[in-house]
Amino acid sequence: MSHQSATLAAATRPADPTKLRALEVLPWVAALTFYFVAPGYEPLATQVFVMILFALSLDLLVGFAGIVTLGHAALFGTGAYAAGLLSVNGITDPIVTAVLATLAAAAVGLVTGALMLRTKGLALLMLSLAACFLLYEVANQATPWTGGDDGLQGVTFSPLFGIFPFDFRGQTAFFYSLGVLFLAFLAMRRLVNSPFGWSLRGIRENDGRMRALGCPIYLRRLTAYVLASAIAGLAGALQAQTTQFVALHVLSFQLSGDILIMLILGGAGGLYGAFIGVPVYMLAQDLLAKQDPANWYLWQGAMLLAITFFAPGGLTALAQQALSAIKGKLRR
Amino acid sequence: MIGSSIVAILFFGVAYGMILYLISVGLSVTMGLMGFVNLAHGVFAMAGGYATVSLMNTMGVPFFPSLALACIIVTGMGFVLERTLYSRLYGATELRQVLFSIALCLVAMAIVRIVWGPLAQPIQLPEYLTGQTDILGQALPTYRLFLVAFAAIVIGGLWLTFERTLFGARIRAAVDDRAMAQAVGINTKRLFAATFGLGTGLAALGGGLGADILAIAPAYPLQHIVLFLIVVAVGGLGSIKGPFIAALAIGVSDTACKYFFPEVGSVFVFALVFLLLLWRPNGIMERR
Amino acid sequence: MTACLETRGLTKLFGSVCVTEGVDFRLMPGERRALIGPNGAGKTTMINLLTGRLRPSSGSVFLHGIDVTRLGEARRIKRGIGRTFQITSLFPALSVRENVYLAVAERDGIAARMFRPAFGWKPQLQRVDELLERFHLSDVANETVQLLPYGKQRLLEFAVSLALKPTILLLDEPAAGLPTAEAAIILEVIDRLPKDVTVLLIDHDMDLVFRFAQRITVLVRGRILAEGTPAEIAADGRVRQAYLGEGGHGRHP
Repeated sequence: MSHQSATLAAATRPADPTKLRALEVLPWVAALTFYFVAPGYEPLATQVFVMILFALSLDLLVGFAGIVTLGHAALFGTGAYAAGLLSVNGITDPIVTAVLATLAAAAVGLVTGALMLRTKGLALLMLSLAACFLLYEVANQATPWTGGDDGLQGVTFSPLFGIFPFDFRGQTAFFYSLGVLFLAFLAMRRLVNSPFGWSLRGIRENDGRMRALGCPIYLRRLTAYVLASAIAGLAGALQAQTTQFVALHVLSFQLSGDILIMLILGGAGGLYGAFIGVPVYMLAQDLLAKQDPANWYLWQGAMLLAITFFAPGGLTALAQQALSAIKGKLRR
Repeated sequence: MIGSSIVAILFFGVAYGMILYLISVGLSVTMGLMGFVNLAHGVFAMAGGYATVSLMNTMGVPFFPSLALACIIVTGMGFVLERTLYSRLYGATELRQVLFSIALCLVAMAIVRIVWGPLAQPIQLPEYLTGQTDILGQALPTYRLFLVAFAAIVIGGLWLTFERTLFGARIRAAVDDRAMAQAVGINTKRLFAATFGLGTGLAALGGGLGADILAIAPAYPLQHIVLFLIVVAVGGLGSIKGPFIAALAIGVSDTACKYFFPEVGSVFVFALVFLLLLWRPNGIMERR
Repeated sequence: MTACLETRGLTKLFGSVCVTEGVDFRLMPGERRALIGPNGAGKTTMINLLTGRLRPSSGSVFLHGIDVTRLGEARRIKRGIGRTFQITSLFPALSVRENVYLAVAERDGIAARMFRPAFGWKPQLQRVDELLERFHLSDVANETVQLLPYGKQRLLEFAVSLALKPTILLLDEPAAGLPTAEAAIILEVIDRLPKDVTVLLIDHDMDLVFRFAQRITVLVRGRILAEGTPAEIAADGRVRQAYLGEGGHGRHP
């Protein structure tokens, strides 16, 4: 228990956002390098960017506000279906659809969040799960509009800024999603370092004490939920735009679980967990699931067990511990 | 016509509900007692199903002994897992419990898939339980009739245990106030392990009995967990009668929904659950 | 003169157990009052009813003459009620400075701001540092709270509560179980509270109570048994009886 909290504490230490740490440039350099050293893998990289954005939105809830949800895909899926349906109905500008999809997810987040956040514990978990299953079933049954189980076909988008078409090699998609991820990340970095971000940590740590400080907890948590919904919706829109397809999977409980595992693998509550957890997870999945899905489940389960028992702070916490151990050795 | 289909829906719904209850009641008591968010409860029902089917199909053990043996095996499994893994996470954050139990589901799904393959395992029922039986001019599957009767006996026994024995009294006391139960000398450690074992044993029985309703396949634990959780959340944590009502209501309404409005699927059920939980976040039979 | 905090017929039932029974209680602005009583008298429940953490079964609470019975805890805190917790209630994984910062940010109404970084609010940070100084916590400002010794945690508990600049302060056994050094710091802070801050103190330490309070209210089994100046209370036979009769606790009046 104390071990877990200590690693959590290390991850929550405030970073002075005006000071950029050297390590913070790493993911972006890595992404750009990847483009040059691994041509032909743009679509996979694009998928990774989209999932990182999705995981970031979950980090705001799980890592900062302490809201555990098992239905985060509901918002990702809303964004994806919103973008896809707009496209099918003739609105194909990527920026416009992305903005509208973000708003749609925020609206769904506002309604479900306003209801869900009145409860806590098991009821909250169940409501998040029920909301996700509900939206999944609606999309599944509304075949005339959504294509049901077959997915939404015929999704196309016009060139980005009217100049860059979404090409077969996926270059536009690569830079577009990387750019959106970068902007969204900057915004989130500001958010979690603001007084608002700190008050979320306070609620996570001890909501009773926050209330005794005069904090309107429900409102604060709902605000965080709507913001996270919006970002999840944006990620969903990117998914629809970069793959030109919306599968029913985007609303599934399985995706909700997967994204939670990715985040925890990287480490929640520090914004950087998503950047480590998602690529590691997706790479592992790519390597292991190909041979045999059973194999992949086993690895996934074993990994998750190891994380819960031995490294609740995820890979980022492990890396931090390793770094400080090395520093300590060097100093001696 | 309508009348007879309503009888049929009620009957199938009740059979379904009883299976849901047998599987979920252990989850309700363990979650209420230990405050553990256990998403892996379906694993034990699945294990019960696989054990029953394997004992019958590959070793030729008859149906009832197979069921009994499956229960014993899974109870032992639950007992061991409680002592080795679950107990380490009592008092841990909800998130860690959720992740641990998802991990357990994944590992179980993988093992089952490696040993038995990806396909569903059909259960070979004994001759005398197949076919149809006429009840009040309506032909109903014999096995489901047996299932309802058998489950009713087990549930009756369970309730008697819970209300009349010292073991039941201890559980009720510990659910109400664990600190107080400890203070009056109840060994909560042993109580937790015993309760967990009992809960998993019942789940195994439900899994084995209900193999023709909830098919025994590797996806079982994650595919059906939402149903079990709904029964518990709606019924009320720690309660043993609340989930019974919830399970029957869900069994009947889901069956009715699929019969009358097949095109809407389970939308109604989930919407209903959502509203119900908003109205009563702690379930219909709130203890505490 | 209107009382700044008043209850009328305040009653709280837990199941069938009555922990607060028809309490009429008035606290005047700037007053130094102590609330004493044997264990289980319902003192902490009383504080929880005053701050809105608990809802009364019947009766009402008035703040500066306004009925606040239906207002939640956060709203009452905003109107100037502050309290310390008998059982330390802090943000364990955050640092000492961050703990105080959260309180200052809520108090100054900037806690919902999303753009400017938290450390960019200079006046607030300055107040945080002043508070840390006052409670001798500056040298542990960056330590994680859960790794702090108990005495320091109690000091922090106090600093967080005072960061809200309450006009009515409810102190629930502030110095109980503290090492002498920390107890002295807290007593000094209590002594130096501005005269216009109203203070209600719960404590079993009768030396502290009699030194601090202008008036004392005695609560026994959820009811007010006696109320008066320290001298009157010390001379009151019923009070002595209540303490001795219940087995007593701490030093007797």
